[in-house]
Amino acid sequence: MQPDISVQNVSKVYSGGFHALKEVNLDIQRGEIFALLGPNGAGKTTLISIICGIVNMSSGRVLAGGHDIVTDYRAARSKIGLVPQELNTDAFETVWDTVTFSRGLFGKAANPAHIEKVLRDLSLWDKRNNRIMALSGGMKRRVMIAKALSHEPQILFLDEPTAGVDVELRRDMWNMVRGLRDNGVTIILTTHYIEEAEEMADRIGVIRAGEIILVEDTDKLMAKLGKKELRLQLQAPLEQIPGALALEPLSLSGDGYELTYTFDAQQEQAGVARLLRQLGDHGIEFRDLQTRESSLEDIFVGLVHE
Amino acid sequence: MNVHGVRAIYKFEMARMWRTLMQSIASPVISTCLYFVVFGSAIGSRMGDINGVSYGAFIIPGLIMLSLLMQSISNASFGIYMPKFSGTIYEVLSAPVSYVEVVLGYVGAAATKSVILGLIILVTARLFVPYTILHPFWMFAFLVLTSVTFSLFGFIIGIWADGFEKLQIVPLMIVTPLVFLGGTFYSIDMLPAIWQTITLFNPVVYLISGFRWAFYGVSDVHVGISVGMTLFFLAACMVAIWWIFKTGYRLRS
Repeated sequence: MQPDISVQNVSKVYSGGFHALKEVNLDIQRGEIFALLGPNGAGKTTLISIICGIVNMSSGRVLAGGHDIVTDYRAARSKIGLVPQELNTDAFETVWDTVTFSRGLFGKAANPAHIEKVLRDLSLWDKRNNRIMALSGGMKRRVMIAKALSHEPQILFLDEPTAGVDVELRRDMWNMVRGLRDNGVTIILTTHYIEEAEEMADRIGVIRAGEIILVEDTDKLMAKLGKKELRLQLQAPLEQIPGALALEPLSLSGDGYELTYTFDAQQEQAGVARLLRQLGDHGIEFRDLQTRESSLEDIFVGLVHE
Repeated sequence: MNVHGVRAIYKFEMARMWRTLMQSIASPVISTCLYFVVFGSAIGSRMGDINGVSYGAFIIPGLIMLSLLMQSISNASFGIYMPKFSGTIYEVLSAPVSYVEVVLGYVGAAATKSVILGLIILVTARLFVPYTILHPFWMFAFLVLTSVTFSLFGFIIGIWADGFEKLQIVPLMIVTPLVFLGGTFYSIDMLPAIWQTITLFNPVVYLISGFRWAFYGVSDVHVGISVGMTLFFLAACMVAIWWIFKTGYRLRS
């Protein structure tokens, strides 16, 4: 099947010389939810901005809905809706007017029934005659989503949709995204939150320093990366792990002074208690212990050093 | 052609005019009325006719031009600068609209406002001084042509400006002096010879002269030259805008 979005060898060098994207290749299938993860400055927003036509690419090619975004920009862009990261809204216009404006701008004839549905779905209907500047931050975020959905896009970009958003809106947004996916809309979201990607996405792509370093199905990735570690600093060094403990996921480092126990973050932590008991039974004493969860940052570092 | 897109931008910009009626229409009308009272009625009654036209009537075309130029520039520059400032420009850049359509929407709305304003001032002037319009077609043609040209110019300033100060600088520091020295309040043959020559480098002279010719049939320079200069400036603005969109200057990085 032809991908809904096809990014081919896309590079971007900003005028200051900053190399934001390096030969990026990425295919996103019709109707999937794709999460793009990466630290700040990794190139997530640049990639989205290029696909949406806000930033010019230095080289490469992008197809959206089968249309080249440069030579056939009208057909490509009319399929795309974008909710940017920043809360960039008008101030003096009403919610209704600004959402209606967006629909027209994207070349669609007026359809008040559709606008009403979008506003109702996003709990904005009561605010339709309010000026945008009178709305709270969360409501403004909803307005930006309504604008992006006003022209019934086939592809929706959500750039950090839940940054600084309360629990209720986050839940609403997840429901909305699933509803859109069920209607065949392709969704690309960027996020810092790994649990959000895990909850929402069918596939996850990791971008770091302008390069896509991994694209994987979400469940596979989580199985691989959702790890927790317990590190024990021992009183006396061990030459090797005692035979009775050999079945445990343990490793020895730091000249035998550090014992690391790795376990699945999703599991209950009963294993930790059992391990500590067993260590006591073997007379292995420790002077300090730490636990840490593999963070997104660790995942990137791990991937880069692979 | 994305007709819905052009209409959306045009309607959005026109709505801004109705929202800021005091600033868009009332304020230029009031300041022009003050000119008519002071220069037309009070001082004008003691001035002799110029080229057979009473002084009060003589200054009408220039005063309309003054408002037309200032408002065209400020409307169009503000119209495109605000989305840049607030960040909402992302939507226009990501929309399936060509740059010609973007310009049609923004500049069309700004020019429409200027034409409406020009006509309102024209009607208001009638309350203070009697005047005739010998060539109504040409009067309207100059009105529209000037509005479009200077709205294009304003659009360029709005894209160039990266702060509110720059937005104000061109209308206040360049256009206002050019209009005042461009024959709004006098005929350029009233100037010493050397200043007459220097004045011919002022593009506004051609606008005011042509516009005045449409009213009274008298002009400082031949009306053909006026039309030619206006069209030349229009073409120059179009080339600049074509370049802006081609290179993405201050719009797309």
